[in-house]
Amino acid sequence: MNSIVSRAKELLENKSVQVIVGFEAGPTGKARPAFVTYPSKTDILIFDERCVQNLAVYLTKKEVKQFGKIGIVATLPIMRSIMMLISEQQVFAENIEILGVSTEGKYLDIADIQVMQGYIEKCDLSNPSNDQETLAMLNKMSMQEKFDYWQNELSTCIKCYACRQACPMCYCTRCAVECNQPQWIPVQANTHGNMEWHILRAMHLAGRCISCGECGRACPVNIPCHLLTMQLADQAHKYFNVYAGTSEKMSSVLSTYEPNDKESFIL
Amino acid sequence: MAEFEPKVVAFVCNWCTYAGADLTGTSRIKYASNVKIIRFPCTGRIDFMLLLKSFANGADGIIVSGCHPNDCHYTSGNFHAKRRWIMFKELMDFMGIDMNRITFSWVSAAEGARWAEVVNSTVDRIRKLGPYVSYKQMVNTTVEEEVINE
Amino acid sequence: METTHKIIRKHSLEKLYVTLLENRKIYAPVKQADNLIGYQYNPAFSEVTFDHLQSTLSVKNVVFPKVENLFYYTNNKTDSTVKGIDLEKFPEVVLWGAHPCDTAAYDVLRSIFCWDIKDEFFAARLEKLVVIGLACHKSDALCFCTSVGLSPDSSKGSDILLVPLNNGDYKAEIITEKGSRIVAESPEIFENYGDETVNVTVVEQKFDHKQLTSKLSNAFEHPFWLANSLRCIGCGACAYVCPTCACFDIQDETRGKNGKRYRSWDSCGFGLFTLHTSGHNPREVQSQRWRQRILHKFSYMPERNESLGCVGCGRCSRACPVDMNIAEQLQALQSI
Repeated sequence: MNSIVSRAKELLENKSVQVIVGFEAGPTGKARPAFVTYPSKTDILIFDERCVQNLAVYLTKKEVKQFGKIGIVATLPIMRSIMMLISEQQVFAENIEILGVSTEGKYLDIADIQVMQGYIEKCDLSNPSNDQETLAMLNKMSMQEKFDYWQNELSTCIKCYACRQACPMCYCTRCAVECNQPQWIPVQANTHGNMEWHILRAMHLAGRCISCGECGRACPVNIPCHLLTMQLADQAHKYFNVYAGTSEKMSSVLSTYEPNDKESFIL
Repeated sequence: MAEFEPKVVAFVCNWCTYAGADLTGTSRIKYASNVKIIRFPCTGRIDFMLLLKSFANGADGIIVSGCHPNDCHYTSGNFHAKRRWIMFKELMDFMGIDMNRITFSWVSAAEGARWAEVVNSTVDRIRKLGPYVSYKQMVNTTVEEEVINE
Repeated sequence: METTHKIIRKHSLEKLYVTLLENRKIYAPVKQADNLIGYQYNPAFSEVTFDHLQSTLSVKNVVFPKVENLFYYTNNKTDSTVKGIDLEKFPEVVLWGAHPCDTAAYDVLRSIFCWDIKDEFFAARLEKLVVIGLACHKSDALCFCTSVGLSPDSSKGSDILLVPLNNGDYKAEIITEKGSRIVAESPEIFENYGDETVNVTVVEQKFDHKQLTSKLSNAFEHPFWLANSLRCIGCGACAYVCPTCACFDIQDETRGKNGKRYRSWDSCGFGLFTLHTSGHNPREVQSQRWRQRILHKFSYMPERNESLGCVGCGRCSRACPVDMNIAEQLQALQSI
């Protein structure tokens, strides 16, 4: 990806940004986030199919913000996360530069947030296909089967909160699970406490999740916790006809309402 | 063995349903005594975690009720609540937590008879469903290591 | 006692397993979904794996469970009653097929839990534990046991160590009294050892831990920590999969009149870990927490507990969602 490297170099050289957040190849062959501050070091930046992490999580990290203006390598999920962060006023458009990468892996010239919005609107925003299958399978199960499935999956959770930390939208400095007056979620990692934690996480991300799947990827014990938030993203689209992270002016589904919202279960 | 008596918790808003339930009483309408009413300022204040905590602490059924749309004392609390319950219901359905055990309703301060009907129908339904065994089992299951030390 | 060497034929392993299972619990590694390896209590012998590289989680939970109840209480109107845990009732557990890094971790945990005041829960569980280790015939680029003073066939922490032989049988090194009691229960399984060649992997040494420890004593203010922890997202995955991380949190959980006090794992990677009630946080940012993690294991522990806080299993690097490769960082730290 020469264009990413040359654009990064240019931005750092003319001091438009102080740090580039992108990907580099680690010694074991995994791609990982890289933070480049000198034009001469931009050669380490790569982009290929290994680069799947949602880098938008670093836009709200204190130590990264301290550099100043940030240039960020952004694929579609990262762009949508950035859009969400701007709409929730966690990131300001004038403090970032986008080094866009299309879904085909090609460099995209994105001058500003309006151009990014235009690009997002043209893309297919539904869930990735490999997760669609699992979602469909789960949706076909009976109540008890679903309950057993999730109990079984969540029993292995160790409450390391990698799902929360990896998520760009989980930027609260003090999470609800860390509050103990009252204590909403049991601290111990038993099945019940784990289920309450994952319900809380999914509900707090309802209508804000952009279905990047980062939470599931981050999980060290392979719990498919991203399915919970993805299901809600699908439902938010079904009921309210919105996809999260498509406009910088949008309010998230649960922080707004329409008087004619339709449901069928309230007596 | 005595017949199963369901425990039902009702989360209601102060301005409509709570006043409605009061009217049920002053109108001398009888209704099931299985319900324990908890008063909230507004349906918008009823956190979904409260429902989960009710199940965890032994409730077999739950009623959530407030002002009819457009009648909210705070203008929009119930509209926000409606969206939240739509999402919550979808998540519960997806995770296999039984939504037949939760009744959502709008009951105004003038609908004393309707409140009795909502409670009675919910209690009847829960009585047929029986105690919420699967959730209680999960709550009482401790982690594997705990079992080993006792 | 002096270590004795015996041979167990491949076909006798099942007999040993079944004999042990008669009056003990066995904790053994099995293959799970998604190619993960996890330990289970009393799996069927046919499910037990012998060729795994490593389990996702360590086996520290046998002696330091992710949740441990400390006591139960009842609050009455005027007084409270407390019911303790009967430590005698902890079952005898055989840890089967743990690799040398995991078995060596018990010594590290002991140096923490029995440092000055003996932690009776930990000690009681360790007392009831028999460890049958399994030397490694496989390793990967993230393993670094040789850099922290161990080896793929180190017998540290094992009561019996099984070393795979080229012909598929196992050499059994009987190291402790506990181990020889097991041999005494079924002596016919243990045959005399000749000079069969062992099949043990080679793990490249990446750094010298003594040199590293001396370097770290002056590294507190070094810019290395910030530069190398920018990508750390602050989850607790590394600490929770670590066989030697021993930090825990103590909580009371009350329902009505009854409640219990328990302890559960905690991680120094969390912001909340050091947050004071006043709102001040001495480890305010992630680089300080990452520094704490490394310095604790490689500087403070060698100084205070006379043991290194790391066994080189590489689990933290495998579990890390952002590829914080600890061996790579230690290697770099050695030459700062």
